[in-house]
Amino acid sequence: MALYSDKVMDHFRNPRNLGIIENADGIGEVGNAKCGDIMKIYLKIDNDIITDVKFETFGCGSAIASSSMATELIKGKPISEALDLTNKAVAEALDGLPKIKMHCSVLAEEAIKKAIEDYYEKKNEKL
Amino acid sequence: MRIYADNAATTKMSEKAIAAMLPFLSDIYYNPSSLYALGQEAKDALEAAREDIAECIGASQREIIFTSGGSEGDNQAILSAAKIGEKNGKKHIISDGIEHHAVLNTLKKLEKSGFEVTYLPVYENGIVKPEDLLSSLRDDTCLVTIMYANNEIGTIQPIKEIGEICKKHGVIFHTDAVQAVGHIPVNVKDDNIDMLSASAHKFHGPKGVGFLYVKRGIALTNLIEGGAQERGKRAGTENVGGIAAMAAALKESVANMKNASQKLTELRNKLIIGLSGIPHSALNGDKTKRLPSNVNFCFEGIEGESLLLLLDDKGICASSGSACTSGSLDPSHVLLSIGRPHDVAHGSLRLTIGDDTDEEQVDYIIKSVNEVVTHLRNFSPVWRDLTAGKANFIL
Repeated sequence: MALYSDKVMDHFRNPRNLGIIENADGIGEVGNAKCGDIMKIYLKIDNDIITDVKFETFGCGSAIASSSMATELIKGKPISEALDLTNKAVAEALDGLPKIKMHCSVLAEEAIKKAIEDYYEKKNEKL
Repeated sequence: MRIYADNAATTKMSEKAIAAMLPFLSDIYYNPSSLYALGQEAKDALEAAREDIAECIGASQREIIFTSGGSEGDNQAILSAAKIGEKNGKKHIISDGIEHHAVLNTLKKLEKSGFEVTYLPVYENGIVKPEDLLSSLRDDTCLVTIMYANNEIGTIQPIKEIGEICKKHGVIFHTDAVQAVGHIPVNVKDDNIDMLSASAHKFHGPKGVGFLYVKRGIALTNLIEGGAQERGKRAGTENVGGIAAMAAALKESVANMKNASQKLTELRNKLIIGLSGIPHSALNGDKTKRLPSNVNFCFEGIEGESLLLLLDDKGICASSGSACTSGSLDPSHVLLSIGRPHDVAHGSLRLTIGDDTDEEQVDYIIKSVNEVVTHLRNFSPVWRDLTAGKANFIL
């Protein structure tokens, strides 16, 4: 059996929403290079709706696939739904991750939460 | 295109090795311990193999014990030397930080039972200095265990000098020669080696079989108790077919060594030059004192597992020392030992070429690695920070 599911490999080979957003409303970066995983998520938010999302990832196949899938799951969704996204949901949407790779889905969940926090911080500063 | 560039992991069995094995799977299946003529036929094959293997490394046939492979040999050699040391009140061992885990984990076990281990530094080029060994020797040193050639970065240790020092000071010298035997000249007498472990599948023999050379006069401790096979030092009915194949493979490798290593060295150097063209990359390990087959690079800003998966998509089989591929949180202990920081060690690639590798394949590898590294850097936040000047390049 292959290391990863077909879905993980598909998102790894053809990552969705790859890149950055200039003037993003919220940016979240988690992980560190020492551990071998860094995820950075960029959000464009309009009326509490995530209108656009992009990501950049330094990491293994499952880290790249997890970030890709997570961005798909929150694109076009209200902030409240994005905040509810769990790492388990990301892993399930990828048809599962090997046990030792579950932390990659955790990083994706955390990166989204951090980007939304950043959005609120920026918004409060403007007020 | 399918390119196998992971020969340090394992090699393809040679046709001669397969041919040498087959008779013992069909016609001559008898137990070499049996008294009847047919059993003795199997026994004869075993002893002929022992003779051939001994000759290949400059030993005498009584000094060769058949094992299940390199790990078993390493374990038995180290534990045996420790036992001898303990009897004489000597509980200090000298090794280095880039040994295979078969050695390192055995040493860890000994440390828990009161042994003290000094790990020599290997410096940036991945090679120990004999003067460090000299200054680390103590009255209670019972064993020096230093590998012949490293499995990850291919560096070749100054074995002859180490052997001389050990001989002069009366300390047992063991070397894990799993990556060396069959690839570079190894002679236990010239190199003053007391114990040496080797594994057949690294030199085109079968998996699950290896040998341990033990200089006459050194008492081995059994790992496996049972019958009187291998002069009572390793119980269990011998893997006759595997052993015959190992001997055939080793004989062939040694006979072809000169030509093969010249060709491999040329291809290796071409690969090194080609991959050095990728910006912010670095060769790991000494440039010349390395196995003819080994190339190991770090690429800044990317992670090794994703590199391997995309190379696999392009038909290239390789390996990496990243944490994700090692199954632990830390990247390769070898890369950390030569001073590569974690950030960079995660982005390593090991290519180990073999007899089937040709120039066209080397060109294809260089082109493919270039493409994949560029692709991964394009969406790496680490690379973005480095190129934007927000972080400093290490390589």
